[in-house]
Amino acid sequence: MNSAADIAPKESLHNWLMSDRPQSRRQAALGRAYGGWRTFSRNRLAMLGLAIVIALVLIAILADVLAPYSPYIGDLRTTRLLPPSSAHWFGTDDQGRDIFSRVIHGSRITLYVVVLVAILAAPIGLVVGTVAGYAGGWLDAALMRITDIFLAFPRLILALAFVAALGPGIENAVIAIAITSWPPYARIARAETLTIRQADYIAAVQLIGASPWRIVLRHIMPLCVSSVIVRVTLDMAGIILTAAGLGFLGLGAQPPMPEWGALIANGRLYVLDQWWVAAAPGAAIFLVSLAFNLLGDGLRDALDPKGVK
Amino acid sequence: MQRAFKSVGSFLLVILLTYLGLLAVTFFIGRVIPIDPVLAIVGDRAPEHVIARVREELGLNKPLWEQFYIYLSKVLQGDFGTSVLTSNPVMQDIRRTFPATIELATLGIIIGAGIGVPLGVWAAVRRGGLVDQVVRVMGLIGYSVPIFWLGLMGLVLFYARLGWVSGPGRIDVTYEYTLTTVTGFLLLDAARAGQWDAFGNVLSHLILPASLLGYFSLAYISRMTRSFMLNELAQEYVIAARAKGLSETRIIWRHALRNAMVPLVTVVALSYAGLLEGSVLTETVFAWPGLGLYITNSLQNADMNAVLGGTIIVGSVFIGLNLLSDLLYRLLDPRTKQR
Repeated sequence: MNSAADIAPKESLHNWLMSDRPQSRRQAALGRAYGGWRTFSRNRLAMLGLAIVIALVLIAILADVLAPYSPYIGDLRTTRLLPPSSAHWFGTDDQGRDIFSRVIHGSRITLYVVVLVAILAAPIGLVVGTVAGYAGGWLDAALMRITDIFLAFPRLILALAFVAALGPGIENAVIAIAITSWPPYARIARAETLTIRQADYIAAVQLIGASPWRIVLRHIMPLCVSSVIVRVTLDMAGIILTAAGLGFLGLGAQPPMPEWGALIANGRLYVLDQWWVAAAPGAAIFLVSLAFNLLGDGLRDALDPKGVK
Repeated sequence: MQRAFKSVGSFLLVILLTYLGLLAVTFFIGRVIPIDPVLAIVGDRAPEHVIARVREELGLNKPLWEQFYIYLSKVLQGDFGTSVLTSNPVMQDIRRTFPATIELATLGIIIGAGIGVPLGVWAAVRRGGLVDQVVRVMGLIGYSVPIFWLGLMGLVLFYARLGWVSGPGRIDVTYEYTLTTVTGFLLLDAARAGQWDAFGNVLSHLILPASLLGYFSLAYISRMTRSFMLNELAQEYVIAARAKGLSETRIIWRHALRNAMVPLVTVVALSYAGLLEGSVLTETVFAWPGLGLYITNSLQNADMNAVLGGTIIVGSVFIGLNLLSDLLYRLLDPRTKQR
């Protein structure tokens, strides 16, 4: 009896969310989100990806609490290049620093890069794509030609050259990656805009007298956001790998910052005898990239029913 | 006919624009982003007249568009300037190092396509089966793992622990001076000269980095082959062929795969371009004396001429393969001619 009472409000909430005739805009939006979540949460691998990403965020926030040792200071006399043990789970590096603590603190840098690139690149792509799609004509042709040119470029090499000119550093690495990663978003946003442009509600807004900018910003862009978010999530792995690659080449984060790619570069010097110095940060990169790939796949299936095969 | 002519014309225009874009971007990187290219060359303690002279020599007192024009005409003549690090013309350095990169990437793509295509076909035929799962997992790992880390771990395992392959570098010192290089592709050179012990040595150095690159292209190629094949196997001509009583092997390999080949060619071309680019990190790990290592070494020594020259060459090949795959697609698929 008790259990029946528990289920009842849950059932009605479910019905309210799944209603065919939402009474308000909020109910419709919540209902859509709920439906998407139901599809998403049935995908166990996507849930695993989400769990790892949430764990990454928590680890980054709580790095100071979680890390058992300082990520910057080690004891050169007693703890240099120790193999993994119960005291040092991932071993120690050439400066006697605890690699576990360094990997934990490195999560902050990875998160910083990923968030910043997404904030920089996604809006550029969105604006270029929606403006090109809505304006059409020569503006569309010109913007898409530029996008195509950037798409045909080798991303890593171009990012390398940018960083070489700007000087090494984490901010410059972020800028270089952002500059090379917006074109796919522009493509997607344009394709979405082309399908929306002829819709009746756009014609209605035009009749009311809304300016083109208002139409693009308020009425077209919001509808393109979800597919761009999916693509950005799928690209996250690539962004992390590029950032780690730049760090590995010594062009990203500078020492003593515990960036994962730079940690591998440091471990490379000792890899044949002390493999653990390079092993743990690489595994961390792999795990986080994998998580973003799984999450992106799940999001795509949940948000874009057309894409499900 | 006229339509075909027009499409070739617009295609050439795309090529021209894309290359112009590449050169504009490299010009921008080399000349505009650095606060003062003169300081980068002479240092900040140089006397006033030296700075003025270098500025004159570099043409930095001219307007930007004129600088770009000079830059363009120089690059088109293959003049990338002189490398500060090696004090050779950059073009000469590139000519010396590029064969090593091509050799590595080519063996990589042979491994990738040679295994990836049959694996993808198999996964599509037995959809949901064991091979299908393996292809899926390999794809996920391939998209998620840092290539330089996998290379390091490969060195630890196969070189240091097991001793199955040779370590970093292209060839052992013992053979380095006895092998006469003609083409710059050491495998070919060794085979031509009949020095089979050198051939084996080169192969033992080559096999680990090439398999690594091969794995990354395999992950992509097999996944794409699978989806193309699934698409083809659902077509009506497959049902018709079955109804005619053709053997399943014949239907899969002769009918379906041949149609899937059209988009596959572009996939292989694109992943080859990706391998050329990906070699930057791989070559650093394996101390492979190719273009990628040349670029990274130059980077660490702030040798901008060499970096930009290397970027232009890799970028050109990359764009070339990109556009070539586009062109091949149009040539191979009769349906695209209709438009």
